[in-house]
Amino acid sequence: MIYEVFRQERKGQPFQHAGSVEAADERFAEAYAREQYGRRGESVALWVVERGSIMRIDEFVDELNRNYHRVDGYPLKEKLKEARERAGTSRAPAGDR
Amino acid sequence: MPARAELLLEIADDELILGWRDSEWTGIAPFLEEDVAFSSIAQNEIGHARALYELAARELGTTADELAFDRPPEEYRCSRLVELRLPEWERTIARHVLYERADAERLQRLKASDDTELAGLAAKIDREEAYHRLHAEMWHERLKGEPRYEAALEELRPLVGERNAHSAELQELWDEMTVVRRSQPAGTTW
Repeated sequence: MIYEVFRQERKGQPFQHAGSVEAADERFAEAYAREQYGRRGESVALWVVERGSIMRIDEFVDELNRNYHRVDGYPLKEKLKEARERAGTSRAPAGDR
Repeated sequence: MPARAELLLEIADDELILGWRDSEWTGIAPFLEEDVAFSSIAQNEIGHARALYELAARELGTTADELAFDRPPEEYRCSRLVELRLPEWERTIARHVLYERADAERLQRLKASDDTELAGLAAKIDREEAYHRLHAEMWHERLKGEPRYEAALEELRPLVGERNAHSAELQELWDEMTVVRRSQPAGTTW
C-alpha cells in the first residue's frame, strides 16, 4: 500500500506534501515515515494517510467561460487607469516619485 | 581488566559487530523503505558502540578506535548471535528481534545503575533503541507463524548469551573491518 506523507516544518505552519512510502500496513508506514521524514529534525509533525483515503477532485467545469466567477475575472487595472485619468489624479511614473 | 570496562566492551562489541552485519543489507534490503530504515538502525548501533568505546577508553587510557579495531578477534566480547553473516531476511529479522529484546533488558539494568555516567549513557542509547524495538516488533508481528521465521528464532535463540567461543565468521568479519586500518603505512595519521 502507498501512504502519502505530509510534514509540518515548524509549529503553526501548514502541513505540506513530503512524499510517499510503500508499506504493508499502518505500523510499517509509521516506522518508514518517521525514518524518511522525521529523524533529521526536519519536521515537528507528520500526517500519514493511505492514498485510497484521499478524495481527489480534478474536474472543474466552466462550459460558458464565466470568468466573473474567478478571482481574475475582473481586470481592474485598465479601468482604474481610465478613472484616474478622468479625475486628473493619475499617478506619476515610478521614477519621478 | 576492571569489571566496568569489561561490561562496556561487551556491549560496545555487540553493537559494533551487529551494526556492521546489519549494514550488509544496505542497497539490497527487500525494498527501498526497509533499506533506508535498516541502514539507519545499523548506523545507530555503530554510533552507540562509539559512545561506549569512548567511555571504556577513558578508563583504560586508550582510544575508541584502538578498542574497536586494534584488538585481536579472540578478545572481542560480543555474543555469537551478532557475529553471523545472515544473507536471509527472516534470519536477519529473527536476530534483530532476539537482540533488541535482550538489549532492552540490559539497558534497563544499566539505567538503574549507581554509576551515573553509565546510567546516563544507557538512557540516551535506550531512547534510540525504542525505535529499533518498534521496528523489530512490527516485523515480528508480520512474520510470526511463518515456518522459516520460527525456525530462525529457534536456531538463533541459544546464541544470545554465548560469549565464550567465537565463530569463524567473526574472524572473517574482523579481517574485512580492520583491513584499511591494518594497511596503514608507517607515519599515517587518521
